Amino acid sequence: MKTIKLFWLLNLFAAALMAALNVSAQVSYDRILNAADEPENWLTYNGGYSSQRYSRLNQLTPENVDQLQLKWTLQNQVFGAWQSNPIIVDGIMYVTERPNSVMALDAITGRVFWKYRHVPADNALVCCGANNRGVAVLGDKVFMGTLDARLVALDRINGQPLWNVEVGDVSLAYSVTMAPLAVKDKIIVGVGGGEYGIRGYVVAYDAETGEQAWKTYTIPGPGEPNHDSWQGDDWEHGGAPVWITGSFDPDLNLTYWGVGNPGPDWNAGQRPGDNLYSDSVIALDADTGELKWYFQFTPNDGYDYDSVQVPVLADIVFRGTPTKVMMWANRNGYFYVLDRVSGEFLVGKPYVTVNWSSGLDEKGRPIPTPQPQGMPTYPGNQGGTNWYPPSYSPRTGLFYFSAWQDYATIYRAEESEYEPGRAFLGGGFSVLAPAPGAPTIGIGRTNPINNWTNEVGHASLKAMDPQTGEAVWSYDQFDVSDSGMLTTASDLLFTGGREGYFHAIDARSGDLLWHVNLGGQIVMAPVTYMVDGVQYLSVISGHALSTFALRDR
Amino acid sequence: MMSPMKNLPMCQFFTNSRTYVPLLLLLLGLQQGLAQELGDHQYTTEAIEEGSRVYTQQCALCHGPQGALIDGVDLRRGQFPTVRSDADLRNLISSGAGEGRMPAFELRDDEMNGVIAYIRAGFDADGIAVKIGDPGRGQILFQGKGECASCHRVNGVGPRTAPDLSFIGAIRTPASLQRNLLDPATALLPINKSVRLVTRNEETIVGRRLNEDTYTVQVIDSQERLRSLKKSDLVSYEISDAPSKQPTTLSSDEVADVIGYLLTLRGLQ
Repeated sequence: MKTIKLFWLLNLFAAALMAALNVSAQVSYDRILNAADEPENWLTYNGGYSSQRYSRLNQLTPENVDQLQLKWTLQNQVFGAWQSNPIIVDGIMYVTERPNSVMALDAITGRVFWKYRHVPADNALVCCGANNRGVAVLGDKVFMGTLDARLVALDRINGQPLWNVEVGDVSLAYSVTMAPLAVKDKIIVGVGGGEYGIRGYVVAYDAETGEQAWKTYTIPGPGEPNHDSWQGDDWEHGGAPVWITGSFDPDLNLTYWGVGNPGPDWNAGQRPGDNLYSDSVIALDADTGELKWYFQFTPNDGYDYDSVQVPVLADIVFRGTPTKVMMWANRNGYFYVLDRVSGEFLVGKPYVTVNWSSGLDEKGRPIPTPQPQGMPTYPGNQGGTNWYPPSYSPRTGLFYFSAWQDYATIYRAEESEYEPGRAFLGGGFSVLAPAPGAPTIGIGRTNPINNWTNEVGHASLKAMDPQTGEAVWSYDQFDVSDSGMLTTASDLLFTGGREGYFHAIDARSGDLLWHVNLGGQIVMAPVTYMVDGVQYLSVISGHALSTFALRDR
Repeated sequence: MMSPMKNLPMCQFFTNSRTYVPLLLLLLGLQQGLAQELGDHQYTTEAIEEGSRVYTQQCALCHGPQGALIDGVDLRRGQFPTVRSDADLRNLISSGAGEGRMPAFELRDDEMNGVIAYIRAGFDADGIAVKIGDPGRGQILFQGKGECASCHRVNGVGPRTAPDLSFIGAIRTPASLQRNLLDPATALLPINKSVRLVTRNEETIVGRRLNEDTYTVQVIDSQERLRSLKKSDLVSYEISDAPSKQPTTLSSDEVADVIGYLLTLRGLQ
């Protein structure tokens, strides 16, 4: 008897000890800070604060990548573009499903532990689909923004809601589609609604309580610097949303955010001025939200050139000098390198045909060359690129992203009046087509037959050298691509596209190494992780999340 | 061109809608005091213009300027998966569709009427005044002097190498048909271009392109076989920018007759 009792006591003690030890297995800020050191996990939307989407894992190599085998598939239960980016923590994957569900699953088998459903309010309004791009994790919690502009905190172990706060007014068409960013003890998100006359902002919440810590508008109010880049009350409904996850430099204590288009979208003449900080990158103090610097890519934009790209940070030797840079392939067709300490412009060159501007001046400001009414503007409305997350490999020193080549739009501007909660677009556009009435490209792909063809536009994966601002090589696809990038320490590059192909490419040469037809559009960026010594690769195509690893031996 | 599979529900819709639409418009108009909307063309030009504005602002972002960017939906040509009447359309716009893919839109009455008018007008407030002649004479020209039937198939008769025209009247406007006859080079849709492929086994395949992606191309060859080729197996792949037909030499009255005939081609009756 006595021995049995002692046995149970010891067991209890062991369990308590294990639970205590588990605290260290939480996703602490330190762990996220050093995410690169634990490549078996994928801890943030962009794989770490510098958003390089580069993994040190090297089990998959150019030599064995053709031995990849499907390990499991998770079928989505809802229709629509699945833009979510999985997060992987110690063998557990967290992925969102539209409109606003979170699932925790076993990263080895794809079987689901729990699912949390948030049903957005009926009046939630988003321009371009009920998208959600994923969660943030911090401590024992997981965080999701919602279409009805809320931020929800869940227990990471059992999926129970812990707090749920309002980020914006849903009746005014504020929304959150981005994956939040966890920095120190805060959860930071931005708001969507650039097509509905919102006034954008970035806002931080205490991760424990959901209490608001700071909020910084992307359009300065009266009395604030640069308010005079707007006239009259244009600033009140000037858009400038933030709908893609930013980056963080812990040494500078700065968070970086890409800011979206000014509103109304296509009538720049209706809102004279530079319309700051629309189409800019803004550097905000991580503790206070204070604006430290900004760089505007497209002043007084009339083409919907949101600068909602992921700010990719790297410490490189730039033309002989060690420099903290930020690399940015912008929707406006230019590739930029900025000094991320000061926001100073270092490099800027067009990577696709650009005719809205004839070039950049010495400070990086574009020289505008608006096209006559009815004539095509390059790049077109969806941009030379868009929100698709790029990758930077410190091994190759190259920056990789999806560009849209030979794609143009004919814009039409018209006066429009702001009405709360309604589209505020200021005109319209049509994509340049090779024959009257011919099919063109839309926001996503729903047709298995490509009847628009590459004559309307096509993808070109570009490997950019930040030293020169020029592509070292390109890899073209027949259709366009909204897929992000992943690079690894074995110089592999993984990406997708609207055709449903998942490609493995040599990150140095641009040669195709392996590809598989997964059948549905890939509109997220692949991720990689390791469990029990096996390197996995996950990608979402259509309505299926597929996970690959090397063939079992 | 559309595949026959996709055209089937559309043709059913078209045959039915011809009966329902005017009746429903009448009922709706009386019911909602919109009699002013009913002119010779059912909807007024003003309504269509208002609809054009609403469409551009609220709908074009997803449906596209031509209304055909969502698979299975072609607004300009009146092709919908579920909607039949204008009342259905009204209901769908105000409550959303596709399991949340299309949000609900709160439109004012004049905006709602406008957008329906614009859709029903085929996105064309003015249209192009195309002469439409006698379908009977047109059919004779199509099969004879016009030499259309030597490449095009209609209702199960004729070759399949050029696009099947059994449904062409349901998916093309008179203006588009006229352009195709008079100036085929500018009217040719890029996907339909003629291709010439040479494989590594030295086989030459000539045909019409049906689909293409980065690594493969699908064609119907001159023997009417469906072929899918890997580009890596090809030693040559030429896409012809020249349409396989010349601008027609028919007189303008004869062209009008052919258009009249083509417009009667609305699939299985």
